[in-house]
Amino acid sequence: MSEEKRLMKGNEAIAESAIRAGCKAYFGYPITPQNELIAYMAKHLLARGRIFIQAESEVAAINMVYGAAATGARAMTSSSSPGVSLKQEGISYLCGADLPCVVVNVARSGPGLGGISPSQGDYFQSTRGGGHGDYHTIVLAPKNVQESADLTYEAFAISEKWRIPVLILADGLIGQMMEGVTLPPEIDIESLPRKPWAVGHQADTGRAINHVTSINLVPAELEAANIARYERYGRAARELTRYEEIGVEDADLVFVAYGTSARVCQGAMEAAAAQGIKLGLFRPISLWPFPYDRLSELARRGKRFLAVEMSMGQMVEDVRLAVNGAAKVDFYGRCGGVIPSEEEVLAEARRLLGR
Amino acid sequence: MELVYGHPKSLKPIQTKYCPGCGHGVIHRLISEVIDEMGLQTRSIITNPVGCSIWADLYFDFDSVQPAHGRTPAAATGVKRMLPDHLVICYQGDGDLAAIGTAEIIHAANRGEKFTTIFVNNAIYGMTGGQMAPTTLVGQKATTAPEGRDPGTAGMGYPIKVCELLATLEGTRYLARGAVNNPVNVRKTKKYIRNAFEAQMRGEGFTMVEVLSQCPTNWSMKPAESVEWLEQNMIPFYPLGEIKNTLASVEGAGAIGASGAIGMPGAIGVPGAAVGTVAAGKE
Repeated sequence: MSEEKRLMKGNEAIAESAIRAGCKAYFGYPITPQNELIAYMAKHLLARGRIFIQAESEVAAINMVYGAAATGARAMTSSSSPGVSLKQEGISYLCGADLPCVVVNVARSGPGLGGISPSQGDYFQSTRGGGHGDYHTIVLAPKNVQESADLTYEAFAISEKWRIPVLILADGLIGQMMEGVTLPPEIDIESLPRKPWAVGHQADTGRAINHVTSINLVPAELEAANIARYERYGRAARELTRYEEIGVEDADLVFVAYGTSARVCQGAMEAAAAQGIKLGLFRPISLWPFPYDRLSELARRGKRFLAVEMSMGQMVEDVRLAVNGAAKVDFYGRCGGVIPSEEEVLAEARRLLGR
Repeated sequence: MELVYGHPKSLKPIQTKYCPGCGHGVIHRLISEVIDEMGLQTRSIITNPVGCSIWADLYFDFDSVQPAHGRTPAAATGVKRMLPDHLVICYQGDGDLAAIGTAEIIHAANRGEKFTTIFVNNAIYGMTGGQMAPTTLVGQKATTAPEGRDPGTAGMGYPIKVCELLATLEGTRYLARGAVNNPVNVRKTKKYIRNAFEAQMRGEGFTMVEVLSQCPTNWSMKPAESVEWLEQNMIPFYPLGEIKNTLASVEGAGAIGASGAIGMPGAIGVPGAAVGTVAAGKE
């Protein structure tokens, strides 16, 4: 299938984009607000003769991903916050075994069962590994349906190149809303190269046996493996750090926000401009690796920042780490599924600027 | 000169870490012998459990995948669905399968996943040092059941008969229980493994061979005592034989048909009752 423009929900666009990227197997468990994604996968993967399994739990689903990924196939799961918590065990094992895969979190509000409305309360879980041990996943945060499709499409190749799972961190708003989206062309799944580290097909290759595992009981060896993995993380970070800047250069105050919050900030900026107030937006697209260097540079140039999040304040800690005291960093957040309005964000910016 | 017996190609010629008298080594060998006989060494993949047999990857000379504790059937599902023409073996212990991974084994069996589970039941947690397993017999001592497993006052529950539990699921096609405590049982167990692997390669549904195995270290016995203890205590409760066989084309097929009794109240609870009787005729 070639490139194609459609009107789609974010959840459906992610699913269609994953299929076009060569996703051979999807394993998932129903949870609101990402149910369109699992249903789309059931319909379209099965129709193509690929693998779809509605697992008995999120725990099982991520471990099916582990097994499929161990064979070198492009595999994926999706869920929403409470379900992604359940997947953390498996994600830790995937990272420990250096297996690629794509995990989508259409986030909702927490903690606990919380609510089904959009939230950004999973930032810490997403960017700090989330499970046990020293590791990271690559975290990409789309702001609209188009970017959801684009980042999901890219995620498979990125994950394979670096052998690090990629987490797409969307939220219930992005998953549920409909927008026009240009879908990427479909990759021929048979054209994807076989992975030298994967299990299976030993008969055809004559290679030595492969053992996919995360275990190593020798402390010095495990330490060496972790150090090597972190060196790889460093190289990946240099290549994968992504952000968007709008009106930052001459802004009196710069919003730092990702995903849905960034869209709200963009609206506030336009309203501010009509009132003669110059506001900018710095939008991290890769949450891990976080764009520390660029924010640090902006801080040294005298910018002040207002981090806006749908949480009690999580990404703001990375902003403060980046700025390292060189600039003032304020925070404005709503949580529990409440989306901040453009008016209240603008009012906070004006209050901070005394205007 | 014809070589009539030797070390299996699919098993590396190295000493294992398993304790003296442990059944894992024999079970590894049976699996390897069947793989060699079927010519599947370069088309086999094993998913190993967490427990003593986490070391299995050191010994089997073919590809392996190590998932989290109890998630083995989910990972084996992922492997087998991607590589349907490979022999996929899901090796599990009693803690892995019947405690932490209960959901995964039941649903993999119910979906009729076309891999073979080798379920090693030694009625104890080995690697962690002798805690109570879901299959520990009533009255059997463990570090976490110091006075013996007590389903009554202490509320420790009853030993789980996994084959009989899974036999009610339509996705299961072949469920057999063997033992490795004596040569006769070892030979029968090998036959069950062969039946299961052949059924898998024919693309029939879920297959499992439960193997009663001894753990002298954590049973606090000498190896010779442990094989006798298994005979006297485990086999009466866990009857040997083909508990269910609805395979299309194998000797003994139709076992479950004869034991329609399996769904009947009372039939399954008594060792050696309906299910065992059916099995006995099929050994």
